[in-house]
Amino acid sequence: MDLKEWFASRKKQREAAEVKLPLATDEYCALWTQCFQCRELLYTSQLRQNLHVCPKCHYHFRIGAMQRVEQLIDHGTFHELDANLESSDPLKFVDTDSYVKRQAEASRKSGLTEAVITGAGDIEGEKACFGVMDFGHFGGSMGSVVGEKVARITEYATEKKLPLILVSSSGGARMQEGIFSLMQLAKTSSALKSFADSGLMYISILSEPTYGGVTASFAMLGDIIIAEPGARIGFAGRRVIEQTIRQKLPADFQTAEYLLKHGQVDMVVERAEMKTKLAYLIRFHAGSKSKPQSTPPRPKAATR
Amino acid sequence: MTDKKPIPLEFEKPLELLAQQIEALEKQVIDHPELENDIDRLQEQYENLRRSLYSNLSAIDHLHIARHPQRPYTRDYFDRWDPNWVELHGDRKGMDDPAMVTGLVDLGDFKVLAVGTQKGRSLRDKQQCNFGMPQPEGYRKALRLFKHAEKFALPVVTLIDTPGAYPGMAAEEHNQAEAIAVNLFELAGLKVPVIAIVTGEGGSGGALAVGVANRILMMEHSVYSVISPEGCASILWRSAEKVQDAARAMKITAREILALGVIDEVICEPLGGAHHDYDVAAANAKKAVIKQMEKLVLMSGDAVRADRQKKFREIGAFHEATA
Repeated sequence: MDLKEWFASRKKQREAAEVKLPLATDEYCALWTQCFQCRELLYTSQLRQNLHVCPKCHYHFRIGAMQRVEQLIDHGTFHELDANLESSDPLKFVDTDSYVKRQAEASRKSGLTEAVITGAGDIEGEKACFGVMDFGHFGGSMGSVVGEKVARITEYATEKKLPLILVSSSGGARMQEGIFSLMQLAKTSSALKSFADSGLMYISILSEPTYGGVTASFAMLGDIIIAEPGARIGFAGRRVIEQTIRQKLPADFQTAEYLLKHGQVDMVVERAEMKTKLAYLIRFHAGSKSKPQSTPPRPKAATR
Repeated sequence: MTDKKPIPLEFEKPLELLAQQIEALEKQVIDHPELENDIDRLQEQYENLRRSLYSNLSAIDHLHIARHPQRPYTRDYFDRWDPNWVELHGDRKGMDDPAMVTGLVDLGDFKVLAVGTQKGRSLRDKQQCNFGMPQPEGYRKALRLFKHAEKFALPVVTLIDTPGAYPGMAAEEHNQAEAIAVNLFELAGLKVPVIAIVTGEGGSGGALAVGVANRILMMEHSVYSVISPEGCASILWRSAEKVQDAARAMKITAREILALGVIDEVICEPLGGAHHDYDVAAANAKKAVIKQMEKLVLMSGDAVRADRQKKFREIGAFHEATA
């Protein structure tokens, strides 16, 4: 083999390798994730260990409902409720595709039957009820099932006298269920009213993104409202507002930090500290409540 | 409309054409008395067309009537229900949103606290009212008066005619979502009867924020939807031109929503829409409110609250698979 042939064969080998590239890209994607914010390439397994938070810029990636449950609830203590509720198609809704098909597609992608998982479990040993939304399923949109499951877990918490934690992540109400979706705002808020009247605590966690009908109902009704760093939260979407007022909005508009500055959330808490913070809040409120009951009432002063 | 001629909508054009022909003939009838027969024939045709046109309206036609620029607004209803009604202003926290009208209305049989979204008639009014889109302060003003109603045991009547809550920068900063959510929350717990009437457009959360009621009524040509048909078309069809399809698919008309079991009654409008006769529209609405209220006022505070919560608890469509 002379030098010329050697170069030619090497060129062929290279070309062959390039053809294979798409396959390699897939593997590469699974192994590595690029941070949306700082563009850093992150090793996926490490990212998972870091609770899907970029170790460099602290960008909080969206996570699924099951992952959230694993992160927040003590291992093995979660038991799901109302997993058997499934959407129907009350309007026989068809746009460019039918709602039934879109539901099947959403379930295939997310591996869930609906955009919220509800149940009971422990946080650092403290019992609580949970509802965790998944933006990956139908954009986390609220239809009849999401409304019903949130209402049921709220009623369950009321009955069992447990604190309630709802983690929101949603694009808003589900258009394909029309007026039924809208009425879920009232249904969930109404259930929370009875819950609140029982003197129980509801902590609302807002994660990227929380919009529309979910923000305008249960997400904003927390006794304590916690947002995840960088999460975008609002009623109307950024584009709608820009079109309405015909001006550019500030870059940090509707972020968790912006909401904190404008008095709309109690705190912004990093994912790594979320569980500890929740447990603390539950204990703190249970403590102040149980004390007056356990100690006898103070004798009234005899004279004014 | 009593003094001004109703502006014809697109689908009413054939009717308008016929009316113009009749008018032209009527001008000549003095010179040509033989035209009398033709006029009668055309009159009959006109009436037939009118009836068939309005009994076969599509969703988009209803939407156009609901948004008719001459449609009676909240103040038009209040003025006709009680010419001496007293308006109450302000959220007590720094603003009085003109897009939300609140006041004391004497319906004769009942004295009520009335609340309604207001679109504004003149251009200046419209701008002040943000075309009927309340600010968070508007919802908080309504909330203040819901509490007032509860304190003084006044039943509440709300009128809904809004494209939705205002999507502005200040509105977001003042927490539009929370204002709506708190209204839903507090209305659910109110211990006085609440009746809501959708008089024009019932646009999404911004409408529901004054719509959590024991009885929901809709005017015949009003619409109620989770998102505007335009918004739905541009998101799901990715084309603003598919408004008709979106309006049809979402089932936004009064009769459809009645059939879905979400509302309790459809209130008749004068033929062609409420803008043809404000007095009749207002009288029909008043009659319907009084009829529903008669039953509600017999309930105790707790019962009326439970009735409302039960109503919304039961709305929804889903399968419950047996495990």
